[in-house]
Amino acid sequence: MAHESIVLLGVNHKKTPLEIREKLALNGYEEPLNRLRSLRGLKEYHLLSTCNRVEVLFACEEPEQMRAEVLDLLFAGRVSQEQLERCIYTHCGSEAVRHLFTVAASLDSMIVGEAQILGQLKEAYRHASELKTAGLILNRLLHKAFSTAKRVRTETRIGASAVSISYAAVELGRKIFGDLNGKRAMLVGAGEMAELAAEHLVGQGIAEVVVVNRTLERAVNLAARFKGRAVGLDELVEQLAETDILISSTGATGLVLHKQDVASIMPLRRNRPLFLIDIAVPRDLDPEINTLDNVYLYDIDDLNNVVEMNREQRDKEAIKARRIVEEETLKFMRWLETMEVTPTIVELHAVAESICRAELDKTLSRLSSLGDKERQAIERMASAITAKMLHHPLHYLKSEHICADRQERIAVVRSLFQLSGENGAADEPAA
Amino acid sequence: MSHLLFQLSLAAYLAAAAIYTVFFISQKKALHAAARVIFCAAVGLHTVNIAARYVEAKHTPITSIHEIITFFAWSLSCGYLSFRWRYAVKNFGSFAVLLITMLMLTAAAAPQTILPLPPELRTWLLPVHASISIIAYAFLSLAAIGSLMYLIQERQLKRKRFGFFYHRLPSLDALDSLNQHCIGIGFLLMTLGMSIGTVWAFQLGGHRGLGWHSKIISAMITWLLYAGLMHHRFIKGWRGRQAALLTVLAFAAILLTLFLLLIQGGN
Repeated sequence: MAHESIVLLGVNHKKTPLEIREKLALNGYEEPLNRLRSLRGLKEYHLLSTCNRVEVLFACEEPEQMRAEVLDLLFAGRVSQEQLERCIYTHCGSEAVRHLFTVAASLDSMIVGEAQILGQLKEAYRHASELKTAGLILNRLLHKAFSTAKRVRTETRIGASAVSISYAAVELGRKIFGDLNGKRAMLVGAGEMAELAAEHLVGQGIAEVVVVNRTLERAVNLAARFKGRAVGLDELVEQLAETDILISSTGATGLVLHKQDVASIMPLRRNRPLFLIDIAVPRDLDPEINTLDNVYLYDIDDLNNVVEMNREQRDKEAIKARRIVEEETLKFMRWLETMEVTPTIVELHAVAESICRAELDKTLSRLSSLGDKERQAIERMASAITAKMLHHPLHYLKSEHICADRQERIAVVRSLFQLSGENGAADEPAA
Repeated sequence: MSHLLFQLSLAAYLAAAAIYTVFFISQKKALHAAARVIFCAAVGLHTVNIAARYVEAKHTPITSIHEIITFFAWSLSCGYLSFRWRYAVKNFGSFAVLLITMLMLTAAAAPQTILPLPPELRTWLLPVHASISIIAYAFLSLAAIGSLMYLIQERQLKRKRFGFFYHRLPSLDALDSLNQHCIGIGFLLMTLGMSIGTVWAFQLGGHRGLGWHSKIISAMITWLLYAGLMHHRFIKGWRGRQAALLTVLAFAAILLTLFLLLIQGGN
């Protein structure tokens, strides 16, 4: 039984400039996940792509070779080989686990403590589990990542002062406009990020929100939430004359707004300042726009600097949070070590679990008068019995100092429990 | 008597400037309150000083170099206090008080003896012309300070490097409206002061009219600069960096005019 290792590859906002990140960004999850299916060596895999990071997490038997294959499959042709090698980080084993937990707990975020990343990770995991690309190890790993993030959130005050990108945007807006009361905001693209930012801005007394989107229907829906208006993409420049703050987050691959568009509307605005925020990757707004007078353009990396300034107070909490991450990493690695003899254990668990489930269903369906509490008690009892029953066989499998060697022990257990070897249980989430 | 009052107010200004500077760096609220009290006391002493000098000289004390600079500093203080209750412009005081203190130090260096007024200058038009012009210059100086702060802050926002000044300077909008407010008042007063000056010059010189002294040409250029700035601001909606740059440039013209005025005498 070869040892499976967990590998995490990725780029993030710390090491890689936006120019490269936007080239590496994944276009949805389904298509790249399906492409990864063609790599035979990958046992389980999961992708995460946000505006700040692109990460691939997988379990395989030959990390070195699979690393090269995965990189080749996902990113070939997007940037040069040496550029990719320079910015990509590779974590193996406990390093990978620690990194994932750190990301989930929002310790690696641009705004440390912001909650958005956890939602993004859950969304990414939903795709992986729908397409059944995450198996026993990754399922458990991701669930542990979520619970670690939750622990960090409840046990430290790290999330107290961070409200994601929108926080930085409001901060900057105040330095430009003094007061956001009565200002008009425009959202280009009706994505989740834009929605969050708009929510925060409306809380600051923004007078009106205009939503611009390629499909008008989504724009209308979003606009209704902020009691704003919706307009089509072709009216963007015209509407810009009335806008003070623009947040762009479309999924467009090219630029949405060019320098001459903005230059042409400045006289109409009588040069009132214009604050443009580009949180899209790849960028929506021409970086050259920032050279215009009275126009302030910030992309996602620039916001990073604003965020840097509030870092100090959060660092103390971050130390506490890192300890939690460390603890959870150790726990997970201990669990993983016991999975050395994984397939047999998995099957054993699955068989026991399915027997347990079947019997429970049979019994519980007849006892309709039971309340939730009683049901749960019975379920707990059933799983406790199976766990105790399995304890000795599992112990026998895992222990090293028995006269029989590992292969022999595995064979014994397999024949005892009549394990077929067709491993259908790996796709079930671990309890 | 007036001399002693001058020294006292200078000392108070120095103290206020020192505390304002420390406040600017440390941003401790208690210091701000202390600085404001001392500054107000300094302005009070300064006002009494000018009144006392008026009594001693028996004419409005805006004739010698010392008097003109003192009056300029006093106008700046009053101009600053006049709107600090209307606009909350963060940390503007630190800059304004620094300029006022520097002017007071310059005044202290100039000879302070009271000179008898030559007979041709004994007219009610002189104090009116001089005081209005100097108050106008004071407001325009405040506009220049605001513009300088604007330029610093604007640079930080454009370069996206948020250093020492970013947190300490107010928003661009606050500085821009300060600029507009001060230039509006300053330009109005300057026009008034120049009109009175012209009337007075005709009265004094009769047929000779204004004459083409360099200080008069310089004053005209200054006026034209501000007139252009006002025009662009209200008609074309000029604002922000360009307006701030021109305000600073026009302020340099004011300094030149004042310098020419001081070396050529008060007429």
